[in-house]
Amino acid sequence: MAAKIKDEILHDHNHDGVDRRGFLKCMAWAGTGALCVMQGGVLKSYSLSKLSDLDQSAVAAGELSFVQISDSHMGFNKPANPDVAGTLKAAVDKINALEKAPEFLLHTGDISHLSKPEEFDTVDQILKATRKEVFFVPGEHDVLNDDGAQFHERYGKASKGSGWYSFDKKGVHFVGLVNVMNLKAGGLGTLGHDQLEWLEDDVKHLKSSTPIVVFAHIPLWSVYPEWGWGTEDSAQALAYLKKFGSVTVLNGHIHQTMQKVEGNVTFHTAASTAFPQPQPGKADSPGPMKVPAEQLRSILGITGVNYIRGQHALAVVDSSLA
Amino acid sequence: MRRRVWSLVLGAPVVMAASLLATNSTSFSARAEQTQASSAEVKIDNFSFGPATLTVAVGTTVTWTNRDDIPHTVVSDEKVFKSKVLDTDEKFSFTFTKPGTYAYFCSVHPKMTGKVVVQ
Repeated sequence: MAAKIKDEILHDHNHDGVDRRGFLKCMAWAGTGALCVMQGGVLKSYSLSKLSDLDQSAVAAGELSFVQISDSHMGFNKPANPDVAGTLKAAVDKINALEKAPEFLLHTGDISHLSKPEEFDTVDQILKATRKEVFFVPGEHDVLNDDGAQFHERYGKASKGSGWYSFDKKGVHFVGLVNVMNLKAGGLGTLGHDQLEWLEDDVKHLKSSTPIVVFAHIPLWSVYPEWGWGTEDSAQALAYLKKFGSVTVLNGHIHQTMQKVEGNVTFHTAASTAFPQPQPGKADSPGPMKVPAEQLRSILGITGVNYIRGQHALAVVDSSLA
Repeated sequence: MRRRVWSLVLGAPVVMAASLLATNSTSFSARAEQTQASSAEVKIDNFSFGPATLTVAVGTTVTWTNRDDIPHTVVSDEKVFKSKVLDTDEKFSFTFTKPGTYAYFCSVHPKMTGKVVVQ
């Protein structure tokens, strides 16, 4: 991908001893969601877990703010979190507590755990309390057994192909991509030829000064291919976005927050509202991390307190709230 | 009196059914033994198939059991077989009637791959 581009500067406020050399630049355990504020074409994201520390004036100064939530896994009931509805509701409470209401919500997939209708129903019901429009992209858990027919019926009627689409809000171009369909043995997430062609066409006529926000479930950068945490053909997608001065990529799937800067592109992964997963390679498998019940909410509530600042004007991507 | 007559009438088919069962009993047990002799298990644990390569005789029924907290599937690369999504402790079975090497994977987590060699 853009391996030749030098990664940007990192300040580690966690002092947790995690080796951040290479492409993993900063990470921390989960949060309930991220508030994204676009100001001057630059996107900053704040964890919803530390709202009390949030400088509301910074949010008010932004042209546009929205919230990203991810990986609700409704229906999951194992020890890692027997109450995923409760933790999703906690995220909604935090969204509703924002002084300046977000324009809308993005959900970056794994809405359900087993693609059951009642699981989607529950999430829809809980999210209704935000009274905000929600834009979804599917996770692999949302397209089980039916190649995504149900997801499409519920959330993707206005979308193209297996559910990709774009829209504009206050001068920002948002692109929702699907990389969880037709996965091949041994492979990673896939966008596929049709979607890539559509993307090229979708952004072709936009001015290079247009801020771009791309959101998809599986990371569009190689977080940890050994666990399938990456997308085979994401380099092609990013190539179509090269001309833009400000590109932000928002993903879920890995149940922990991470950020990375590559040239004009900043990558974020969001925490899960349901359960944490281990750091790449730090466990035998990427299965749910089990933590004592009394600690779960605090773990889901711990936010990334890292701050990345690059040499480019747009590279302030994640603000410390500590 | 009337009741006794009825019981006699109803009794006839019962006897017939019993005799049918008796004549078939040998073939039933033979079939059961055969199944037992040619079945094999694959455990899905920690995001992997174990054993990753399983060698069996033609006619063997292989049963996959998901021991993970996360759902998985068992899907043949060549579309020979395909399970529904398996939640924790759910099973999927397939009987291999032709020799060959059957590569498969989990379509939810495609890094999980396995192989059944049928001889």
